[in-house]
Amino acid sequence: MLIAVLSGFILAAASPWLARSVGDKAGWLLALLPAALFVYFLGFVPTVNESGAQVIHYPWIPALDVNLSFLVDGLSLLFALLISGIGTFIIIYAGGYLHGHPHLPRFYAIMFAFMASMLGLVLSNNLITLFVFWELTSITSYLLMGFNHEDKNARWCALQGLLVTVAGGLALMAGLIMIGVAAGSFELNEILTDGDVLRDHPWYIGIVLLVLAGCFTKSAQVPTHFWLPNAMVAPTPVSAFLHSATMVKAGVYLLARLNPGLGGTDLWLYALGIVGALTMFTGSFMALRSTGVKAVLAYTTIMALGTLVMLIGIGTEGAIIAAMAFLLAHALYKAALFMLAGALDHETGTKDMLKMGGLRQLMPITFLASCVAALSLAGLPPLFGFIGKELMFAATAGAPGLAFFTTVLAVASAMMIAGMAAVFAIRPFTGTLKETPKKPHEAPPSMLAGPVVLAGLGLLFGLMGFIPAAAIVQSAVAAVHGAPVEVQLYLWHGINLPLMLSILAIAGGVVLFLRWERVLAFYRERLGFIDRFGAERGYEKAMEGLVWIAEWQTRVLQSGYLRRYLTITVLSTVVLTGWTFFGHTGSSVPLGEVGFTFYEFAVAALVVAGAIVASVTSSRIGAAATLGMVGFGVALIYVMFSAPDLGITQIMIETLTVILLVLVLFRLPGFLKLSSPTDRIKDAATACSLGALMTILILAVNGVTVTDPISDQLTAWSYTEAQGRNIVNVILVDFRALDTLGELFVVGLAAIGVYAMIRFRAEDRRQ
Amino acid sequence: MEPVMAVVVGALFAASVYMMLRRSIVKLVIGLILLSNAANLLIFTVSGLTRGAPPLIPEGLEVPPDAWADPLPQALILTAIVIGFGVLAFAVVLIHRAYEVVGEDDMDQMRSTDT
Repeated sequence: MLIAVLSGFILAAASPWLARSVGDKAGWLLALLPAALFVYFLGFVPTVNESGAQVIHYPWIPALDVNLSFLVDGLSLLFALLISGIGTFIIIYAGGYLHGHPHLPRFYAIMFAFMASMLGLVLSNNLITLFVFWELTSITSYLLMGFNHEDKNARWCALQGLLVTVAGGLALMAGLIMIGVAAGSFELNEILTDGDVLRDHPWYIGIVLLVLAGCFTKSAQVPTHFWLPNAMVAPTPVSAFLHSATMVKAGVYLLARLNPGLGGTDLWLYALGIVGALTMFTGSFMALRSTGVKAVLAYTTIMALGTLVMLIGIGTEGAIIAAMAFLLAHALYKAALFMLAGALDHETGTKDMLKMGGLRQLMPITFLASCVAALSLAGLPPLFGFIGKELMFAATAGAPGLAFFTTVLAVASAMMIAGMAAVFAIRPFTGTLKETPKKPHEAPPSMLAGPVVLAGLGLLFGLMGFIPAAAIVQSAVAAVHGAPVEVQLYLWHGINLPLMLSILAIAGGVVLFLRWERVLAFYRERLGFIDRFGAERGYEKAMEGLVWIAEWQTRVLQSGYLRRYLTITVLSTVVLTGWTFFGHTGSSVPLGEVGFTFYEFAVAALVVAGAIVASVTSSRIGAAATLGMVGFGVALIYVMFSAPDLGITQIMIETLTVILLVLVLFRLPGFLKLSSPTDRIKDAATACSLGALMTILILAVNGVTVTDPISDQLTAWSYTEAQGRNIVNVILVDFRALDTLGELFVVGLAAIGVYAMIRFRAEDRRQ
Repeated sequence: MEPVMAVVVGALFAASVYMMLRRSIVKLVIGLILLSNAANLLIFTVSGLTRGAPPLIPEGLEVPPDAWADPLPQALILTAIVIGFGVLAFAVVLIHRAYEVVGEDDMDQMRSTDT
């Protein structure tokens, strides 16, 4: 199993080389991997149907409860089969569609990485691993969407998709971790055995909202649906894959996967039911006004995603059956339709349906496959799409609390979708042949294999609904529902409410198809405001706001003035440290022993006075002299308190410092008062706050011993081990010899720097 | 004596920060000198002040006779003093050089790397 999931990544690394060396027909060869995976997953079908879910476990980071464990049940198997099955055709198709494209090898590489991430996502049993694969799909799909990276619009759209899905991913990560902590396990099969643990947990609402934020952005639910149509900038094989079986379905997958643990509450019902129904309606509504072959399909994908989310939210047994049947039907016809749209685009050179016409004679196979797939999209018998839609109507009519709302929106959407399906299947192919940028002819076999097979499957499953029902849908429904369910799929349910609604929807669709020109005109004239106030404007505004904040904070924080950085650093230190300190100890500070002799106090007073004078004097010689006073005062303090070595060193260094200052300072201009009095008062306040903080901290720290000092040990070793009577010296040259060596390097480097600068100056002068 | 030293260290920190906030680059260097002294005294004070008991071992003994000053902070400070001087010497020559090239002591006039 591990090999199955990771093989895509391995092939991703090898595929550019393979594609280059094999040449034109590489697509057929590379498609063997997904085909093999499809067969491999097919082998799981009988096992899962007989003995239920399988968990395959590989420890990865057991200490953190992160494992490469895989859960194979009906749901993950359904997705794995769709990914590998449709993936096979997509790879073959890409070989034809991107024939001769200079970056085709790169395309294969990203595509395989994407496919492997998607497989990992749907098969993961561990929440953390699942999230890793989730983010991998975001990144790889970003690369795929921006595949034509020389196109500015493609980059922009790809980035938009990435930002929206990754922002949701961040929320999802928090949600998944909360699930793991609340349930006490990161393994899905353990979490989902008892859903009440999560539902009764105080974090339940937070978990649901975070998980929904992740799933809704990924699956393009209102109001974050806008990125999906923009993702159309990707080459058509990518769109076909992204929309039918992968990426956008990831959100739906996760909702379905977590349904046994999180579903069944009012929050779940209303959040998913309402958002899903609105998304379904928005997608259909926008599809109706689209004239581009790919745009229509993109909006119908939004419709489908909304439908699936709504059905999972409704959560009744019938709704889950409808969701799984609809999912399968959608994957089949959407992949087929996208590949056909790509074929149309590829052969005619335009994406606009208004510019196509009369292609029936020239592209007969494309026409036939389009008709079959579009019938499934429209939900007409005897296609599998009809079964999905009937079940959906039955589910919405029986939805607790939302029956009227969801049913009305579902029927309205179905009308518009039926109309657009008819437009897609009929308009480009009938009427008079129109002038197109390229001379149209039938697409090559590599581009027709997928659509024909997938559209045919839609027909087969429609006529013989028991095949998918027994093979996979039943076990998938059981996984989502959390209990075994008997599923039977067939076309004729008798004359009942869903059938009536279907007839109504199809009748409406026919009207819309016949009046499509007028519908388009109506959208243009009356509904232009959608573009001005739509959700995408919100995204643009948010991005502008982000850039504005970034500029603002850069201006404020990264001003380029040292003193401003310093002020911010000092004040943050004072506030944060002070806050923590007073929060812990209260405002009383122990004063300790205050005993001191007169000369000690005099030296201390001299140091303070020297520091003050040095900082306010306007005389350079005065500054140098008072600095010397401070330095020698400090040396005296060292001597008085038992540190003779420090005293000696300080006196030597201080002498050198004063000499250096006097030598250099007088080559520089005199002190000027550059800042205003207000600035000086502010700076003085900043400086004093830090001084006060340091004083208080020293008083507080005084006498606190956290652990035994190691000095006692060093003292004991000083003579016995190192034969030295000056313990400080022994520490420096013996116990901490490497530190001293480092110190020598620093001083040496400083000396080289000083020498170099003086030397260059001398050379400058000579020139 | 520690409370007095605490005030001294606080005053040195305040003076050094005040000087580093000035626009003149020479004052920045003075601030650095004061900061180095302040940090050293901070370590010295916090480790406890002991009068008249340097960490030296008299002839004939293997450890100092009775309570002695902590040698470890002294060793650290000794390193810090020397390194502080190295940095200072470098900084002083650097600003001198910068002044020669730019002809300006005001840091506000030195905002780009090309001046």
